[in-house]
Amino acid sequence: MRRFQIEVPSDPAFLRMVRASVEVLCAMAGMDEEGSCKIVLAVDEACTNIIRHSYEGATDRPIICEGRLEGDAISFILRDFGKKVEPSQIRPRDLDDLRPGGLGVHFMREVMDSVVFEDCGDQGTCLTLRKRLPASTERR
Amino acid sequence: MMEISTKELGKATLVQVSGEVDMSNSPKVRETLMGLTKRKVPAILVDLGGVSYMDSSGIATLVEGLQEAMGYGGKFRLAALTPKVRQVFELARLTDVFEIFADLAGAQEGL
Repeated sequence: MRRFQIEVPSDPAFLRMVRASVEVLCAMAGMDEEGSCKIVLAVDEACTNIIRHSYEGATDRPIICEGRLEGDAISFILRDFGKKVEPSQIRPRDLDDLRPGGLGVHFMREVMDSVVFEDCGDQGTCLTLRKRLPASTERR
Repeated sequence: MMEISTKELGKATLVQVSGEVDMSNSPKVRETLMGLTKRKVPAILVDLGGVSYMDSSGIATLVEGLQEAMGYGGKFRLAALTPKVRQVFELARLTDVFEIFADLAGAQEGL
């Protein structure tokens, strides 16, 4: 297994750092640029949702992002310590309803094979995003 | 990093965006677009040729600009989407909602 873990503050200026880390793991997984861009987007949206909803815009709270390359899958675990989210309340919006916002969950579900929100004890939420790698990918 | 600028281009106002558009800077894009729609400029062309990344907050900002412009009968067109940005529009199923042109010359036609 190959893995990394970074902690960034819930400041949108640090999203670039998360994206760069995700991109590196996708490259190690041998993903092509299109596949990599989608995964980067999904993880970025997960962090954006944490900042916006779990931390309600506070910029000094921790977000822990762990990336794993294991077996035939790449996965990312996002941990926050903010307001708990109720998994049943998280659903993508109807795309026919043209309005700004609400696309993040749709992107995550569209790109990843599984998107699982879990209660993480006293504080916050664990979000696991998982994607099976195409059989043709060659690890680097 | 993201940069945004505006200039008059014939009958339209050109908005040029470059760099990565995400939650940290999409409010700046919104501020620029809302400044134009508030003045009810007749045509807004958004050149995305220099944009290497866009997240849902950037998309949401463009949706809002489109809706505001449509509200007063203005035109709101996008030009020169990079493959990465087009992919995000496709994921959002928005490629048929916006008027999207391959380049700026095409986006200016018929204004």
